[in-house]
Amino acid sequence: MITQWFFKHGDRRGVIVIAFLVGIACLVPLLNLLVPDTSPLHVPTYLVSLLGKYLTYALLAVALDLVWGFCGILSLGHGAFFALGGYAMGMYLMRQIGPRGVYADPVLPDFMVFLNWKELPWFWYGFDNFWFAALMVVLVPGVLAFGFGWLAFRSRVTGVYLSIITQALTYALLLAFFRNDMGFGGNNGLTDFKDILGFNIQAGTTRSALFAATALFLALAVFVSGFIIRSKLGKVLVGVRDAESRMRFLGYRVDRYKLFVWTLSAMMAGIAGALYVPQVGIINPSEFEPANSIEAVIWVAVGGRGTIIGPIIGAVLVNFGKTYFTTAFPEAWLFALGALFILVTLFLPKGILGLYGAWKARRAADAAQKDDEVLPPVVKQSGKRVPAPEPQAAE
Amino acid sequence: MSLSRFLTIIAMLGLCLLPAAAGAQAVDDAKLKPLVEALAGDNFDDTSKAVSELAKSGAPRAAVILNALSAGDLYVSKTDKSVFLGVRDGSDYAATDPLSGAKLAPVPRSAAEKIKVNNRLRRDIAAAIGGLTLMSTDATERRSAAEAILKNRDPESIPLLDQAISAEKDAGIKMLMQRAKAAAVLNSSAADDVKIAAIAEIKSGNGREALGLLTPLAGIQGPVGEAAGAAISSINSELEIWNGIQNIVYGLSLGSVLLLAAIGLAITFGVMGVINMAHGEMVMIGAYTTFVVQQIVHASMPALSEYSLLIALPVAFLVSGGIGVVIERGIIRFLYGRPLETLLATWGISLVLQQATRSWFGASNVQVSSPSWMSGSFDVGMLTLTWSRLWIIVFALSVFAVLQLVLKKTMLGLRMRAVTQNRRMASSMGIRTPWVDALTFGLGSGIAGIAGVALSQIDNVSPNLGQGYIIDSFMVVVFGGVGNLWGTLVGAMSLGIANKFLEPFAGAVLGKILVLVLIILFIQKRPRGLFALKGRAIEA
Amino acid sequence: MFSLTARFIGTLAAAAVGATLALSPAKAAEDTIKVGILHSLSGTMAISETTLKDTMLFLIDEQNKKGGVLGKKLEAVVVDPASDWPLFAEKARQLIEQDKVAAVFGCWTSSSRKSVLPVFEELNSLLFYPVQYEGEESSRNVFYTGAAPNQQAIPAVDYLASQEGVQRWVLAGTDYVYPQTTNKILKAYLNAKGVKDEDIMINYTPFGHSDWQTIVSDIKKFGSAGKKTAVVSTINGDANVPFYKELANQGIKAEDIPVVAFSVGEEELAGLDTKPLVGHLAAWNYFESVDSDANAEFIKKWHAYIKNDKRVTNDPMEATFIGFNMWVKAVEAAGTTKSDAVIDSIVGVSVPNLSGGSATMMPNHHITKPVLIGEVQDDGQFDIVYRTPGLVVGDEWSDYLPGSKDLISDWRKPMSCGNFNVVSGKCGGVTN
Repeated sequence: MITQWFFKHGDRRGVIVIAFLVGIACLVPLLNLLVPDTSPLHVPTYLVSLLGKYLTYALLAVALDLVWGFCGILSLGHGAFFALGGYAMGMYLMRQIGPRGVYADPVLPDFMVFLNWKELPWFWYGFDNFWFAALMVVLVPGVLAFGFGWLAFRSRVTGVYLSIITQALTYALLLAFFRNDMGFGGNNGLTDFKDILGFNIQAGTTRSALFAATALFLALAVFVSGFIIRSKLGKVLVGVRDAESRMRFLGYRVDRYKLFVWTLSAMMAGIAGALYVPQVGIINPSEFEPANSIEAVIWVAVGGRGTIIGPIIGAVLVNFGKTYFTTAFPEAWLFALGALFILVTLFLPKGILGLYGAWKARRAADAAQKDDEVLPPVVKQSGKRVPAPEPQAAE
Repeated sequence: MSLSRFLTIIAMLGLCLLPAAAGAQAVDDAKLKPLVEALAGDNFDDTSKAVSELAKSGAPRAAVILNALSAGDLYVSKTDKSVFLGVRDGSDYAATDPLSGAKLAPVPRSAAEKIKVNNRLRRDIAAAIGGLTLMSTDATERRSAAEAILKNRDPESIPLLDQAISAEKDAGIKMLMQRAKAAAVLNSSAADDVKIAAIAEIKSGNGREALGLLTPLAGIQGPVGEAAGAAISSINSELEIWNGIQNIVYGLSLGSVLLLAAIGLAITFGVMGVINMAHGEMVMIGAYTTFVVQQIVHASMPALSEYSLLIALPVAFLVSGGIGVVIERGIIRFLYGRPLETLLATWGISLVLQQATRSWFGASNVQVSSPSWMSGSFDVGMLTLTWSRLWIIVFALSVFAVLQLVLKKTMLGLRMRAVTQNRRMASSMGIRTPWVDALTFGLGSGIAGIAGVALSQIDNVSPNLGQGYIIDSFMVVVFGGVGNLWGTLVGAMSLGIANKFLEPFAGAVLGKILVLVLIILFIQKRPRGLFALKGRAIEA
Repeated sequence: MFSLTARFIGTLAAAAVGATLALSPAKAAEDTIKVGILHSLSGTMAISETTLKDTMLFLIDEQNKKGGVLGKKLEAVVVDPASDWPLFAEKARQLIEQDKVAAVFGCWTSSSRKSVLPVFEELNSLLFYPVQYEGEESSRNVFYTGAAPNQQAIPAVDYLASQEGVQRWVLAGTDYVYPQTTNKILKAYLNAKGVKDEDIMINYTPFGHSDWQTIVSDIKKFGSAGKKTAVVSTINGDANVPFYKELANQGIKAEDIPVVAFSVGEEELAGLDTKPLVGHLAAWNYFESVDSDANAEFIKKWHAYIKNDKRVTNDPMEATFIGFNMWVKAVEAAGTTKSDAVIDSIVGVSVPNLSGGSATMMPNHHITKPVLIGEVQDDGQFDIVYRTPGLVVGDEWSDYLPGSKDLISDWRKPMSCGNFNVVSGKCGGVTN
């Protein structure tokens, strides 16, 4: 019934979100570029990049929610796909530097020159071409996710086992990318980018364009997710989330559904990473940190899993909180962040969006007590132990 | 310093009984004085020269002076360049004359400078003293004298060694002296057959040391080089075998560390189903408890400081366990049935605990010292085992055994198992499930705490301590099979050994990556870990 | 219960509103000069960097007691980049654009510096970087007050070779750019001095490596080839304690196989029982045990400020001290805090260091330093056994790496170039 409720409302909400995102994609760059500095409406470039970063996180969160919220696969390794997409973009940006590197080597990136690499490793070929890089942004995470998922879902690795091996995946990649011998710049990663598609990456206009692109990609992701959720495929996925064995006995090839949505989600995460890198100006192995992936899960949970807007709200809010707290209380912000997570789990089990749902449903119930169709999602506020409101298989 | 006291007594006896000798002593002092002054040379080369000359003088005081120099107790006055033995005493040095041992007027600290020694000098001094103390009556003195000669391989000490060997009663020290002599012979211009005999002597000793002594000879043409080459290859093949044994032992040791780190998690996560991201912080709290207990013991009961770790064990268990109970009562109990949300809440808890530790104890490492029974190492064949590692293996296995006993043989254990297997049924039978939950979580956290006591001995105690172990712990529990303590044991040990066998080939970084890939592949084969629980409950 | 939740949400909303206000451009108070402090206070690097934040606050406090700079008080803006490299870039941008700081003091790891570098260049601000690093960088906007490899690694190797007679070398490090580069430089240097490849063993370990049994045993094995062996350690902070504990336990004494470290200072030793480690070495440009009046005074004031007599001082603190004083002097000379003016005036500025000499900012934005080599004592301090006779100029582009041996840096006009190629006669980084 919960999902039914979402289906009913998903449509209209999705449209609003998409419209909003397209709106800010136009508005923010305009306010940054056309409105003079002195005006209170002016959006400083700093804020454009910051908002752009939040939106790439939101895109990652939407991707994660697609597998976790709607298909019950908790990935503690989505940061890996995000980072791989980021590295693909970073490699393109590195190649764009060309002879402007500090050693003026026309081909080799700086870190290869000073570590005495003689020629470009094979996996760097092609990255001087934007479209090849763009293809790799989705292909590399996609192929990895496909291979990983194909193995895991076929062997019916589920629940916490799956979560932990996704963590192992990102941890292994973290260690691998830390190695300088891998040819990805070791722990310093890829940085000092000059331009993207011929535009100076530090120019205000490029930043605005990147922001707009991020907002549009996020809108696209919302659209695609919404489309999937509302399709028959989406109903099967929710079925898998809520009762995997039952779906299997009903004759659905559960592993294929899972594999599809898992791979798609990884590709979305890759795009998020690719948009992230030019806006923050660096990609390095710390993006593979298991803690980052856990944080992404937390954004989704804070916003409200199993909804489409929830992850966006969660990602923006938590990161905004992080930005604010690290400046306002540099010594104690972890207390605030930790407390936020604890309080949200205790008091807002369905995330912030769940609160809105509860409020709306309550109003609806107050207004028309006869309406049995629109049952509000059960939000347990009290601390008493209740039989699991959701089937365990979701974990 | 027992030696110096001994020698001082001898010297004083000499002074009292033999006035004639005293006269000789005075002459000696006059001769020695420039040698001692030379110790305060401008650079280490000069000091080194002075050391060997002082040792050659054979004066009984020389050993005292050289020992003091090595320990950094010899000072030179900035004003008159005189050298004295100093002990820090407030803002002064309590000074003693190096030659006569007579007390001098205290020297202000700003007016004197320590005579600097570095490693090379310390080595030279040890060798020099070695020559002086080979005939000492103290066995440890003679042993260290022989060791010093073994290291410095001075051919000039051969006659001295011969003399000492014939007088030596202790078989161990005698062997050491013979080996030292062999080493010195190899370094001398002795005939080939003497050298070949020496090679045989050395080969019978410690493998690594023998390799070190023989390798430089292997390149020499002729019978000596051949004998050395043969000895080296036979030692090497023996070392190969020991390498395999070493990998297993080191693997078990690493496995024990993993086991200790994971076993608490096997309860909170494996048995209770709480994805406990704050587990690492429980370990950290245990380590910090050790630190606090040590501070208190050092301050109030110094006699017990050797055993402060043993005192810390129960305290750490109670502190971590208590915090665990509070967390369970305050937060986790609202989240049963929603295991994933425990991940969020415990992640929040872990952030708070880390930051709390950081504000309380500071962000840097704190020092937890090791008792003497956990320091040092011993050799088994060609394998070096350290006491701390050995104790940790023993400790990890005992914790495991005790935990099994608690779960299998006590009332509490029975109730725990009942509640985790079927909560409602257990509740209907009159078990107070909330209390059992709290105690189980407390038990898991408490065990994490005592793991922290052990880990404080091998790792740094900092607010980040827990973060370093949390991922490995989850890997171990999942690899072994959630909900099965035996799985955790076998999982930890096999991951430890696998890691140690991969490390020599692949290097530490690649080895770790390979182990992770192996875990991922293994889970494909056995989706519920090594020891999967069977039955319907797990399908849920 | 619902009302409680509502109140919680209310608080969240209030926080959000407050935060929006905080993020909008701050009205800078006119009578102060703001100085940004960009050191991690949480996460893995907090262990090292927190001290430097305290040092900066201490130095600013001292300067304000003396009347500030240009007649204005200094105001510290502290942020926490949380050991998260992209967050470093974000915070740097925030400090410069929002808080309008005159200069930023911060960063520890090379990754964090690389992450903020484009931001400082784009916004033309100043960064003072106080930690030893791998070199191979010279930016117009960055001042490197820590050691370059030639100010630490090479003198240490020279000392071991000449004083200890070392012929066989283990280069052990954490697998990241600083050890990799330093070891490349050292290997080239040792090869040039006639050390053969088989007498050099290079070993890398992951960050935070805690199980050193195998590696220490390998070192022992490598050391038993009849030649004097030493370990040159570029192992990163966190992994050092377990490494030294294992060394001590396996009985490797400094007299047999000395270990010389470039990242182990007083702060790292504070977590260790140093009795079994006496004689192992470290190479720095400053030790707390340096016998000089400036140092004694610094330590006294530092203890008074931090209200803790046990707090040690270390090399990056001295580098921070030097960097801060250079900035103050350059600002006073320029009469303004504007970046371009300070960049022009700071080259050649000379301030006292803590080891009884003085440090000068060179045209390559690196400084002159004495190199000190110390042996660990049982009280956790270092006993200085060697000191370079003169000062060593930081060499930003190593002469021992083929890619950089032809490069020099000179930020004075008219050259104003960080990577001038002396062979081609061109400034490499700029194409028109």
